Amino acid sequence: MIKLLFRRVGLMIPTFIGATLLSFLFIRMLPGDPVLLMAGERGMTDERYQRLLHEFGFDRPYWQQYLEYLWGVLQGDLGESFRTKVPVLQEFLTLFPATVELSLCAMLLATVIGIPAGVIAAIRRGRALDHGTMGTALVGYSMPIFWWALMLIIVVSGQWGLTPVSGRISLLYFFEPVTGFMLIDSLLSGQEGAFGSAVQHLILPTIVLGTIPLAVVARQTRSAMLEVLGEDYVRTARAKGLSPFRVVGIHALRNALIPVTTTIGLQIGVLFGGAILTETIFAWPGIGKWMIESVSARDYSVVQGGLLLIAVIVMVVNLMVDLMYGLINPKIRY
Amino acid sequence: MSLLEIENLTVEFQTAQGQFRAVDGVSLSVDQGELMAIVGESGSGKSVSMLALMGLLPWTATITADRLEFDGIDLVRQSARDRRKVIGKDMAMIFQEPMTSLNPCFTVGFQITEALKTHLGGSRATRRARAVELLNLVGLPEPERRLNAFPHQLSGGMNQRVMIAIAIACRPKLLIADEPTTALDVTIQAQILDLLLDLREKEGMALILITHDMGVVAETAERVSVQYAGQKVEEQKVRDLFRDPHHPYTSALLSALPERAQGKKLPTLPGVVPGLFDRPEGCLFAPRCAHAFDLCHKRQAVQAGAEDGFALCHTPLRKGVPTSLEGASLEGQVRS
Ligand SMILES: Nc1ncnc2c1ncn2[C@@H]1O[C@H](COP(=O)(O)OP(=O)(O)O)[C@@H](O)[C@H]1O
Ligand SMILES: [Mg+2]
Repeated sequence: MIKLLFRRVGLMIPTFIGATLLSFLFIRMLPGDPVLLMAGERGMTDERYQRLLHEFGFDRPYWQQYLEYLWGVLQGDLGESFRTKVPVLQEFLTLFPATVELSLCAMLLATVIGIPAGVIAAIRRGRALDHGTMGTALVGYSMPIFWWALMLIIVVSGQWGLTPVSGRISLLYFFEPVTGFMLIDSLLSGQEGAFGSAVQHLILPTIVLGTIPLAVVARQTRSAMLEVLGEDYVRTARAKGLSPFRVVGIHALRNALIPVTTTIGLQIGVLFGGAILTETIFAWPGIGKWMIESVSARDYSVVQGGLLLIAVIVMVVNLMVDLMYGLINPKIRY
Repeated sequence: MSLLEIENLTVEFQTAQGQFRAVDGVSLSVDQGELMAIVGESGSGKSVSMLALMGLLPWTATITADRLEFDGIDLVRQSARDRRKVIGKDMAMIFQEPMTSLNPCFTVGFQITEALKTHLGGSRATRRARAVELLNLVGLPEPERRLNAFPHQLSGGMNQRVMIAIAIACRPKLLIADEPTTALDVTIQAQILDLLLDLREKEGMALILITHDMGVVAETAERVSVQYAGQKVEEQKVRDLFRDPHHPYTSALLSALPERAQGKKLPTLPGVVPGLFDRPEGCLFAPRCAHAFDLCHKRQAVQAGAEDGFALCHTPLRKGVPTSLEGASLEGQVRS
């Protein structure tokens, strides 16, 4: 176990270096000059331009800039935003809970609905319910997310007026963030209706972000269940006279969950990608929206720092999924 | 009174190529505490007929029977829910592949106590104590420690012992052992077989032993039912069967036993059990039968009387010789 942990963490080092390089290069490969963008419409004198360029260190060769960036990263310094002058890490930590909250809710939706849907489709294999569930999953998987989001906004928010269109909570409520998670903070604030408002704001973004993982989890659960249901030990379970619920829900599902867990873990990386779009559409003040805005402003340190942090988080999550795999599959004991 | 009565059991599978009759009119009766063997090559429908009895066949199977009675209960008319109260309790089954028959995700202890909990209830502690007792009974060393083991940590023989422990947990009246030793090492096979015989004696349960090994039958059973291509072709007391097999198939199985071989080479039975497509029109065994004549290829076999071991044969053997063809008249019919 310890050995495996060391090996896996060791493997993360080259990946990490690669991520710093990619995040550094990515933003510089985009056309557009951060200093000019900062100046806005009015432009600036050439002398001032040169001075700013020098101040940010952009007049030096790339390799020097990269080494300096890497040196900073190793010391835990990701630089600061050009626009706000706030350290990148600090901005990240402020916004991150919003993304985590949204992602967790989306993942919760995907598992809570996806797993039972997959199980039901598997035990009703080849019948209408199976085709219906899997057809819906396929549609969910292939649907363009922005279109889906707009349709939901138009129908649910616009026509039915059931949910707000954007943000995390109604402007009527204001309180200092404690945990950064709106659901928890709104409860802690003790303000009447705050929690309800937070929930309402979460619904549509959760559905939009959770749709693809939901489809993936449902399909994966179904195929894992189909495989497991044909196993000898399922027959043994039935031979014991157990109820069908116990045979499927305990003996079969426990085994089917092994591959499903891996899928869910891998979906977390996908989720961050999806969050960028979802947060932008719903003006959700999280990492995704922050990254998009920073790319538009060519806020170099924010983009490279943000990308790096996301990469690290995905790596850590994947590591945790691997370790979890050992817990959930008794055949693997490190 | 007999414990189990099966009359005219037929199982058909719905397959992509059409209906396939895996079990064809099998009848069987087992007394309380009796040891019955079912023999036949693989593909003879031995497993399917017992799985049908247990209600473990997939939905593609259609089961029909004139009578299916266990311990005075009519299984044909019984609901699935009521059946579950019987199987795993009064009627239990163990399978051929011990390595895959136990759930890899649960400990041995969980899988044994689960059977107890389902049918007998009782407190956690009593179930645990009974599980230890069962593991002792099936001869697993260090039972307390084994309770926490996962199946992949045990050998095939040990897993089969665990399977047996699960099956006998609720003191069944009938244990069906479907080729319980086929997947095991030769040295372990005898141990497991001895264990089953021993347990049958101790617990006083009836045992149906499915095997394709006539040698095993000779050592163990009281009565034998021989199955071929889904049909029961002969049934006799073991001693009588070995002395005077009436069906040519039984005879062929017996002469394939090493200790019965005459000469150096072991006689083998050519061909395989017919499947969905090569099912003969007449007697199902005719294409492989050493004694087949015209009629056998044309007309389905008929069942002989008790004196001929209920052999499903036009010319049952007596002392290795086909009964004279009183069938001359039958032959005449065929010729005409
Ligand atoms: N689920 C199934 N679907 C279709 N055919 C099956 C199924 N199970 C068994 N069979 C067929 O039934 C026949 C009898 O099988 P089985 O009872 O397992 O034979 P045995 O146990 O005597 O070796 C075989 O030809 C097998 O292919
Ligand atoms: Mg079999």
